[in-house]
Amino acid sequence: MEVLYEEEYRAIQEIVERLCRDSNSKAVLLIDKNGQEIASSGEIENIDTTSLSSLTAGNVAATGGIARLLAEKEFTGQFHEGEHTNVHISIVAQRVILLVLFDQRTSLGLVRLRVKKASKDIQDVLDAMAAKEHQQSRPSIFEEITDEDIDNLFNDD
Amino acid sequence: MSFINYSSREINCKIVYYGPGLCGKTTNLQYIYQKTSPEARGKMVSLATETERTLFFDFLPLSMGDVHGFKARFHLYTVPGQVFYDASRKLILKGVDGVVFVADSQVERMEANLESLDNLRENLEEQGYNLDQLPYVIQYNKQDLPNAAPVEELSKMLNPTKVPEFSAVATTGEGVFPTLKAIAKLVMMDLRKKK
Repeated sequence: MEVLYEEEYRAIQEIVERLCRDSNSKAVLLIDKNGQEIASSGEIENIDTTSLSSLTAGNVAATGGIARLLAEKEFTGQFHEGEHTNVHISIVAQRVILLVLFDQRTSLGLVRLRVKKASKDIQDVLDAMAAKEHQQSRPSIFEEITDEDIDNLFNDD
Repeated sequence: MSFINYSSREINCKIVYYGPGLCGKTTNLQYIYQKTSPEARGKMVSLATETERTLFFDFLPLSMGDVHGFKARFHLYTVPGQVFYDASRKLILKGVDGVVFVADSQVERMEANLESLDNLRENLEEQGYNLDQLPYVIQYNKQDLPNAAPVEELSKMLNPTKVPEFSAVATTGEGVFPTLKAIAKLVMMDLRKKK
């Protein structure tokens, strides 16, 4: 079970927003390796971010599979060039995926540079989160949820 | 792996539909998609070949109501059933919270069912999961076909551990939602147990 609390979410959201701004990108998404969206920033109103997250994770998983077949540990980055939108995908701390969508307003070089810095910052947040988990157990929503609540959720209307 | 986001107040879980080629995994998801209100579901994504065989996976995000102010969201995936897509199946099982095994009830597909079930167990073990400890249900699909084996017989062969099982005709929707609700409930109960 992966859990993201308010405090870490805010820290991560801030990094994602800064990356989007500083790299002059259209949008930035942080996705967990199982395809769940963690945070996003930029022009995402017209994007189906749920599907995008799932497909990106599938893509990264398939690329990871290719890497293993070739006895590579991991391909850390991918770049797709489109007519209007380019996509930069990278893996952070072997755990999460950073997806940047950008156009001619910026360059791949700048995106790469800013991604590098943001990756380090995200890794720091994830490390701090792991350390905290280790030290103290935090309350779980499942302490409040009863079997009856779950029954009610799946009752026929 | 389930993902609980306290900021967006969401509980996200991953359910995988597994089974031999042409057993009706995609048809299950298509029926769920058609019968769910647009507010409760996202877009269905299908990565399929030109002949509409699943190439990598189908994906359908679904909301199933609120529990204590948290939205219960399920990400439904299918695997490609054809034997030679094994590498893809392994990738899709990563982070799974619950499994639906869709069996093809036709007598002549029994061997394919058994082979797929063995493959499921093996692939899960490779990822460090044990099928007997995972939320897991079985669906006997295509019960409307004249060559379908009776459920009791299928159960004897495919369900020795007596997990919840459902008779189904995915093309008409029979048994599709009971299967989904059963696995979603088992997943939530399992999360509660692991809290």
